Amino acid sequence: MNKFQPLSFYAKQEPIGYQLLPFQFTELNPRKYLLTNLVGEFHTLDKNKLKVFVGHQLESDDLDYINLRAKQFLLDTHNTIAPELLALKVRTRYSRLAEFTGLHIFVVSLRCEHSCPYCQVSRQSEDKRAFDMTPEIAEKSLDLVFRSPSRAIKIEFQGGEPLLNFALIQQIVLSAEARNTTANKTLGFVIATNLALVNHDILAFCKEHHIHISTSLDGPQDLHNKNRPRPGKDSYERVMKGIELVREVLGKDQVSALMTTTKDSLTRVRDIIDEYVRLDFQGIFLRALSPYGFAIKTKSFRSYTVDEWLEFYKEGLNYIIEINKKGIAFQEYYASTVLTKMLTSQDPGFVDLMNPSGIAIAGIVYNYNGAVYASDESRMLAEMGDNTFKLGNVLEHSYEELLTSDALLNPLEESFTLSVPMCSDCAYEPFCGADPVYHYATTRDYVARKPESEFCKRNMAIFKYLIELMESDPSVKNLFSRWANRT
Amino acid sequence: MIQLHGKLKHLSPPSSGRVILSLTTNQDLPTALASQKGLLSDGASSSAFKVVFHKHKPTQLLEGSYHFLLPADLHYLGEGDVVRIDLKDGSFRVLFRKSSGHNSILLTEQCNHYCLMCSQPPKKIDDSWILEEAKELIQLIPQDTVELGFTGGEPTLYGDRFIDLLHLAKAHLPRTAIHILTNGRAFHEIEFARKYAQVKHNDMMVGIPLYSDDPVRHDYVVQSVNAFNETVRGILNLKSLNQRVEIRVVIHQQTVDRLVHLCEFIARNLLFVDHVALMGLEITGFTRANLDELWIDPYEYKDTLSQAVMLLESYDMNVSVYNHQRCLVNDDILRAYRKSISDWKNEYLDDCTNCSKMNECGGLFLSAKQYKHSQYIKAFM
Repeated sequence: MNKFQPLSFYAKQEPIGYQLLPFQFTELNPRKYLLTNLVGEFHTLDKNKLKVFVGHQLESDDLDYINLRAKQFLLDTHNTIAPELLALKVRTRYSRLAEFTGLHIFVVSLRCEHSCPYCQVSRQSEDKRAFDMTPEIAEKSLDLVFRSPSRAIKIEFQGGEPLLNFALIQQIVLSAEARNTTANKTLGFVIATNLALVNHDILAFCKEHHIHISTSLDGPQDLHNKNRPRPGKDSYERVMKGIELVREVLGKDQVSALMTTTKDSLTRVRDIIDEYVRLDFQGIFLRALSPYGFAIKTKSFRSYTVDEWLEFYKEGLNYIIEINKKGIAFQEYYASTVLTKMLTSQDPGFVDLMNPSGIAIAGIVYNYNGAVYASDESRMLAEMGDNTFKLGNVLEHSYEELLTSDALLNPLEESFTLSVPMCSDCAYEPFCGADPVYHYATTRDYVARKPESEFCKRNMAIFKYLIELMESDPSVKNLFSRWANRT
Repeated sequence: MIQLHGKLKHLSPPSSGRVILSLTTNQDLPTALASQKGLLSDGASSSAFKVVFHKHKPTQLLEGSYHFLLPADLHYLGEGDVVRIDLKDGSFRVLFRKSSGHNSILLTEQCNHYCLMCSQPPKKIDDSWILEEAKELIQLIPQDTVELGFTGGEPTLYGDRFIDLLHLAKAHLPRTAIHILTNGRAFHEIEFARKYAQVKHNDMMVGIPLYSDDPVRHDYVVQSVNAFNETVRGILNLKSLNQRVEIRVVIHQQTVDRLVHLCEFIARNLLFVDHVALMGLEITGFTRANLDELWIDPYEYKDTLSQAVMLLESYDMNVSVYNHQRCLVNDDILRAYRKSISDWKNEYLDDCTNCSKMNECGGLFLSAKQYKHSQYIKAFM
């Protein structure tokens, strides 16, 4: 007699069969359903199989059964560890919440020498006092920054053009560093600048204080200069010089760039990507216009539809995959963010794709005039005259008053995706997020009707596309695993 | 392959009992030390030693010591090595070699698994004398030893006595890294995991096998019901106590189909483990009995192996490929490729001597050379 038992011996089932663990599903294509669970594990099933699975009729030696069990979609006597693994992954995904606010945006000036039609906030003004943050407001804001329990604090300087008020940036950096000698946090700084006004002195300070530079680059020269007008029509030339100078002084990886998609960009996605590749950036964030600020006033936002934008995005993503297949490591950062949610148990902490919403609890904004907003988009909305997401003012309110204000708690609670109609049973929920500011800006409602939401339409299309790419090409799955982990 | 045991010829009248001795070549040791040691003698001798191992037949034998003739294949032994000798029948075993980085102490041959490919088939006998011997051995091992392994059978079957052994190892060898091969199931009891953590050794790791993300398949490979659940829970408990854990996967016909799935499972559920070792099959023990069910030519799975390694690397996990010949892996896994076969075990084929990459290659187990190896081993020119 053979002393070893066959595989079938270990496959023996108790008569109870299997239990379903919580999951959602949606149609992926005419043949398949996509199944997801609350920790972002996903599996595709032939349509007829779903009924069999839900009907507790799936055979335990079926490959789908084995895969569904390994991904904790079902529980039987063989994987009693599954609930513990699920719990561990849920805890991991939400572990950021305990850290609370990590990103602190200081709008040090609203003034700007550019006049980009899609800009949400900037002002052309000679009057410094009207639109620059004062030292007093800056210090009061820093008091609040250091109340955050987060062990890592990032202070980002925005505008307008923040370099127009560089003296205040210096003061804030020095003050934050002095405070940090006792607070002992991981402290980082970023300046979001168009680089038109950068010079050696500014960069010497940045070098000394390890300040990272984030700039705007919309694509090749003609497109960039059309999107981003300034006196002299030389935005592109200045940003090129700026990038070169920053890399020379601070180091190559100390400057990153962001692009915004305009109607003129739609046919140019390859040119735009080529520009980033040419400049040896490690990736690009293909970003749609947002429905805030001047973007709405100047109708730039409505200058293309979600479908047009998706076409642009997919063409860009395919082109980037092509580039990678040629041996050039280059990421699309929005995909990377989503892929982190799909392929890992981590949450990337991207404000738009967080639940509960990331407003104020992931990032918060201290405006030039002392107003505190729940997010960058919140202050853009405010520049249009809607203060719904204004939490208060640094000169008048305490940390407790700001962070427990109704202006914050109401949208957080109402938009919580696990209880929002249609989000709570959406198969894409684990990859998505509550975005009460977007939905309020477009519909005057934190939740809005999801079938009409362009946020849903855009993101669901991207989620679906990313999964289809991975399902159809194993080499893309490999590539996406690296993007998901930023490796 | 070097000789690690044998039967030595008595040069003095047989006695009784087994002794464990640290060896020395220094015949001038003070009596107080020499009386605990074995002298490796090239001709000279001293009566102070407990045992004298003669490399050549001596002309005279000094009283007070036991004398044995050391065959030529054991002449490599040197200062600091530890051996066991049966004073009655001359049975001899090398227990520790100072010059090797791969010293491992087998603690028991008993096991609660019965793995299809076990290289050390378990025995159901009380062999706890081995544990007692290990305690003695630990006290003779030089303090500058870099790493020491504990293996079995399943060492944790000793329960608290195993924990006591770890305390002893830490006390005697505080600077020696400890590596333990276990199936990890004992740690599913959090109390046992806590006792382990309380050893507070700053460089101690357990290597735990996990063969599939499919619990049925894992249980089948280790031939034990509920093994998957207890092993994974054991890993979770150890990591919750900040203990270092390595996952070890043996690749064979029963595990290769889900290798990439397993790596995905590890990356999503057990990302916090310290190391993942993907290992080739050793053709010994039960493997030879089950060869038809287990054998797959590594050449056939080299793309799967690449996929598995790249996946773990993309999650920034620490991954190694063990027991594979250089000519049977793709270049894209070289970061993970290790020359892992213990120095006393590795062999090469005749054709390998022409290979330009022989020095990058870990070679083969002797068992592979004797019984089964890939048909695709080929010298790089």
